[in-house]
Amino acid sequence: MEQQNMREEILFTANADPKKCMKCGKCSGACPNYDKMEYHPHQFVSMVQEGNVEPLLESESLYLCLTCMVCVERCPRNVQPARFIEAVRLAKIRQQGENRLKPQDVPELIDEDTPQQLLVSAFRKYTK
Amino acid sequence: MEFLYYPGCTLKNKAKDLDLYARKSAEALGVTLTEVPEWQCCGGVYPLGRDEIATKLSSVRTLMAARDAGCDLVTVCAACHNVVKQINHDMACDEYVRTRVNNYLAPDVPYDGSVNVLHLLEVLRDRVGFDAIREKVVSPLTGRKLGAYYGCLLLRPSSVLAFDDPENPTVIEDLLKALGAEPVYYAERNECCGGYAGIADPEVPEKRAAAVLSNAKARGAEALVTACPLCYYNLKKHAAGTGVGVVYFTELLAGALGVK
Repeated sequence: MEQQNMREEILFTANADPKKCMKCGKCSGACPNYDKMEYHPHQFVSMVQEGNVEPLLESESLYLCLTCMVCVERCPRNVQPARFIEAVRLAKIRQQGENRLKPQDVPELIDEDTPQQLLVSAFRKYTK
Repeated sequence: MEFLYYPGCTLKNKAKDLDLYARKSAEALGVTLTEVPEWQCCGGVYPLGRDEIATKLSSVRTLMAARDAGCDLVTVCAACHNVVKQINHDMACDEYVRTRVNNYLAPDVPYDGSVNVLHLLEVLRDRVGFDAIREKVVSPLTGRKLGAYYGCLLLRPSSVLAFDDPENPTVIEDLLKALGAEPVYYAERNECCGGYAGIADPEVPEKRAAAVLSNAKARGAEALVTACPLCYYNLKKHAAGTGVGVVYFTELLAGALGVK
């Protein structure tokens, strides 16, 4: 998809306004998975705003958001960075062949105590 | 006091204690929990995308069951609570979502987010009251130093969940006090456990759980108290060797009320 169209689609799915961001960095400062991410919550906001989504679509960072909502809670401008990460991730995994978790791989990934909640959550986040 | 009760998938399987002792405690406190008939799984995580409609349907079916029963809806699992409550908010406030969900489900009466969604901790605090609970305690948890672990899902986003102060919550500590225990306050109590990300990278919950456990231990907690099966799993898995236990709040409550 052409970048401009992709940006519009992502903004619609996110249902949030990246222009409200004042780049204070509080979202990324609070993110519990900051160290693992190539692109951080504040970068998702600014890169979507700029239409620079291609690098995000190819980044593992898409799958490292924990949906803990800390970035949403602590943002002083109600930008809701998690919504941008989610919208980019959906733009990726809704494409054919982009499911990140296959049922046949599950037995190797779990142990006897793994709660159902973990699996339904992972399928919701990593597959369409 | 009667409520419709939504247990969710995990409380029927790996978190049976969370469910069983919720029911026993509720009964001891004069609260009737009637299970939602033919409920469906909430999906575990709130679907953040506005155009995610199908993933919101199961929660709306649960909410409509409560509306039709004329009851408030009670949850016990922190994840179910987060998902159902946020979707209820969408149905009340987001016309895009409300229209599409109602068009798809075509219920006799369209749903508009009218049901009150309560976590059992809110029922204990706001409907039963901690003073009434204190009076019913037969085996007080005297001398036990316990750390509330809220994690994410009960608290955030606070604009929708409106559960407690999102940065300085007190409901679990207040319950622990009513049961006779000594609550331990520690910084990590409302930070993430690593959630579902362990399936993609086991190091994520390992690091998060270690941070929570070491902080709680340093403050003197002998066990952490949670309402979330995934927090319970991630913490318990990495608690070996720390000496810190992990328990569901319903286990402690049922024990103190003498119904465990």
